Amino acid sequence: MDLSLSDEQKQLQDAAERFVRDKYAFENRRKIAATEKGWLPENWAQMAELGWLGMAFSEEDGGYGGGPIETMIVMEQFGKGLVLEPFLPTVVLGGGMIAKAGSKAQKEALLAPMIEGKKQFAFAWLERQSRYNLADVSLKATKEGNGWSLSGHKGVVYNAPSADNIIVLARTSGSAREEKGLTLFVVDAKAKGITRRDYPTQDSLRASELTFDKVSVGADAVLGKVDDAFGVVEDAVDHAIVALCAEATGCMDAINAATLEYIKTRKQFGVPIGKFQVLQHRMVDCFTNAQEARSMTLMASLKIDDKDSVVRRKAASGAKVQIGKSGKFCGQSAVQMHGGMGVTDELSVSHYFKRLTMIDLMFGNQQHHLTRYSNLAMAA
Amino acid sequence: MDLAFTPEEQKFADDVRAFVRANLPADIRDKVKNGKHLIRDDYMRWQQVLGKQGWLVYTWPKKHGGPGFTPAQRYIFENICAEEYAPGIIPFGTKMVGPVIYTFGTEEQKAKYLPGVRESTVWWCQGYSEPGSGSDLASLRTKAEKQGDHYIVNGSKTWTTMGHWADWIFCLVRTDPKAKPQEGISFLLIDMKTPGITVKPIIMADGGHEVNEVFLDNVKVPVANLVGKENDGWTCAKFLLANERLSIAAVPQSKRGVEALKDIARSEQENGKPLIENQSFAEKIADLEIQLTALEYTELRVLSAMAHGGQPGPEVSGLKVRGSEIQQRITELTMEAVGEYAAPYLPGLLWQGSNEEPVGPAYAHLAAPRYFNTRKTTIYGGSNEIQKGIISKMVLGL
Repeated sequence: MDLSLSDEQKQLQDAAERFVRDKYAFENRRKIAATEKGWLPENWAQMAELGWLGMAFSEEDGGYGGGPIETMIVMEQFGKGLVLEPFLPTVVLGGGMIAKAGSKAQKEALLAPMIEGKKQFAFAWLERQSRYNLADVSLKATKEGNGWSLSGHKGVVYNAPSADNIIVLARTSGSAREEKGLTLFVVDAKAKGITRRDYPTQDSLRASELTFDKVSVGADAVLGKVDDAFGVVEDAVDHAIVALCAEATGCMDAINAATLEYIKTRKQFGVPIGKFQVLQHRMVDCFTNAQEARSMTLMASLKIDDKDSVVRRKAASGAKVQIGKSGKFCGQSAVQMHGGMGVTDELSVSHYFKRLTMIDLMFGNQQHHLTRYSNLAMAA
Repeated sequence: MDLAFTPEEQKFADDVRAFVRANLPADIRDKVKNGKHLIRDDYMRWQQVLGKQGWLVYTWPKKHGGPGFTPAQRYIFENICAEEYAPGIIPFGTKMVGPVIYTFGTEEQKAKYLPGVRESTVWWCQGYSEPGSGSDLASLRTKAEKQGDHYIVNGSKTWTTMGHWADWIFCLVRTDPKAKPQEGISFLLIDMKTPGITVKPIIMADGGHEVNEVFLDNVKVPVANLVGKENDGWTCAKFLLANERLSIAAVPQSKRGVEALKDIARSEQENGKPLIENQSFAEKIADLEIQLTALEYTELRVLSAMAHGGQPGPEVSGLKVRGSEIQQRITELTMEAVGEYAAPYLPGLLWQGSNEEPVGPAYAHLAAPRYFNTRKTTIYGGSNEIQKGIISKMVLGL
């Protein structure tokens, strides 16, 4: 048992820290967010060059043999800088599902170029009625000759405007909300019949509403087994949750550091406001919350590839509950202690707060995961 | 980075479990498992078994007669002892005065006092708080005046846990009344049999006798019993409190507490179904379990840093804060699970180990006393507000 980073992992941490320092000074981020894509191709190319897009994949799949700990290390630094490049949808979700369920041909056609930085993905699972139920899917895929025809709607699809391929979760059989009968399809983002409404999100990312109107795909578009995608999706989403937890931990570190600096310098009643005990204790609670978030993220990163699916799911949900709670506490406290400045666009604080808030909503909020954890933990 | 035990760690875990199973007296195990009150002899019997094995002072380095466990071994040892229902090790000798003596004491003091701690032949208690000095410990007024080879000690100490069972007390006393509060304090070891010492029980809200007032009236203490330099006792005091806070997180005990709570929630009924099937109650337990997991991994991170040469710093105050809150929450939810059957108060069964029939299930009458008693955890060892003050000053620089 040893919870310290290896030398290689420390080097990775240093490199990610350097990347954020060089590329993501706050005013720089503002400029990146305002570009047409909302992220920088040169940054993406650099991530590929540094090996980050392939680090979590096996050497057999063309990766570098790392895993969730490497993802955690990089995502935590991305959180500190509020990095905008679509690492989560492309690498963690898209790459993760292709590595897990893809055929040799699919890995060659999709994963290899992704690792080189030449392909991006978006994962379309959510629908208007789904809320946090991954099986609440009604977009239909019906047999059409040798291939399939997809019709229906998908919402809040992160990175859809930039993605080369959309990975679509569709119903091929079964009734509404049934886990059986779901299938994943890899669809060319420019395929005929897809209409997109693009928009920015609260936290300066890009997403789309997608309508599929009889979109034809070949049999080779199926990722994994027909009717049997739920396990793959749940596992990929749990991995994405853990990566998001690491990002949130970085956000909390940054927002706490900014707040601490602020209460040491901002004077009222003739003294720095950090001299007041009521603020000191709130600041301590912020740091304790960030510590707990870091601990739960580490726990989940260590357990997310466990052989036992109950252990994996509990780990992801437990961490997501903690991140929801800690993120809200640190975010709201930071804004409060900054006073009026905390709610302005000018300071980074409101931007971290917005990202932490959106992270809680992604793939199930605190309450959703408390219920999921509870159902798993009380069954024993 | 690896969560799994190495083969050596696994073998160590197997050895500890086999030892505890073979050597923990069955009557003591039964008392701990059923939440019964332990007496002095129960603690001493178990601690002497551990002492013979060399494991009682499991946090000590080899050069002072400890086993020199790695942080991972400490974690394993604590968890397995808790899982096997061993009584908690009384910290006053093993985790408090012992490390102070081997860090600040003379060779004579080490030779005289450390064997009694290692083998548990001497029961120590702590003389820190006074009626007028709680959170503001440095304001303490018990004074020690030097007369020849002795100090004459006058004053009173309070909240002295298990002082009525103690052979010796380690005391903070004021040796220089004119110095700044923290600079005139010394660390003295006092034999409880010395004339002039009176111990008076304080009965707590749960009806139990756990803590005491200790009065010192012209107590003659040899100058040889001073640990460290005269007027430099605050250094020992701070060292001791930092050690105390590390073990005060009580993660293994709380893990056992959460499992017991789940068992109770499975056995209690609501609307004809087990209480644990009540979603909102189940989620309260789940939330508690997540808090405990976060605490456990925070502690593991501290232990990992220590294994790589780090020392536990002021951040361990955070462990004390969350650990104590979690201990309280367990007792709160346990009482909530028991419901109205928490009301019957059965002092004979609770304190004297009588054979009277419990009212309701055996666990029910323990729930409320535990809840009342455990309010202490956020108060002792430096209240949680004091801990936050320490973090604020030492970690955040506010």
